[in-house]
Amino acid sequence: MAIRVQSETFDPGLELNALHAANRGIGAVVGFVGYVRDFNDGQDVAALFLEHAPGMTEKALARIVAEAEQRWPLLGVEVLHRVGHLQPGEPIVFVGTASAHRQAAFEACNFIMDYLKTRAPFWKKEDTPEGPRWVEGRDSDLAAAERWRR
Amino acid sequence: MIRVQYFARYRETIGVDGEQLAWQDGFASLDDLRNHLLARGGAWAVLAEQNLMCARNQELCGLDEPLRDGDEVAFFPTVTGG
Repeated sequence: MAIRVQSETFDPGLELNALHAANRGIGAVVGFVGYVRDFNDGQDVAALFLEHAPGMTEKALARIVAEAEQRWPLLGVEVLHRVGHLQPGEPIVFVGTASAHRQAAFEACNFIMDYLKTRAPFWKKEDTPEGPRWVEGRDSDLAAAERWRR
Repeated sequence: MIRVQYFARYRETIGVDGEQLAWQDGFASLDDLRNHLLARGGAWAVLAEQNLMCARNQELCGLDEPLRDGDEVAFFPTVTGG
């Protein structure tokens, strides 16, 4: 597994290719990319700041990936999350999962994103025409994570 | 000694990113520590929020998590990454 928390941008295509190149037994790679939008909750968003909790962030992501690896037969996982100042259109997060067959890769990618959204210590602050504001958590994200409980 | 950290909106509201508190026998759980901080009044009232999240020694936990002398605790609002 690879976990990276960085301020620099990234190329999702390169990340996907690197996941596949690591193992010829891989028959399926699924990638999710999250981007900064220019509009949220009725307000234009000019820029985004992402705060995190150094140390805790990496531990939380590693725990999430370890749980995914227990649930599905994965041959590779990468989680990359950016922090600091971002502009609309820039990628924020990449989750890539690799497996022999597609179903495990699809489900594990979905699971990792649902858990990342609700259990990894990142916080978004938006610059809007009315000033900066912290993004509030969504109940729909909690519900999405809840469905994986067993 | 307990090291406490505040993140994001809580850090801004309280005005510090963290502090160290002398250990007290009454700190049986994270909730006891939170109540101790809430008793200060003012900006600390933010810690009464329903959707507060917390961590002990860099692991997410509930407010009922037992606390020990030397622990590192973090209080923060609902996470919004991804």
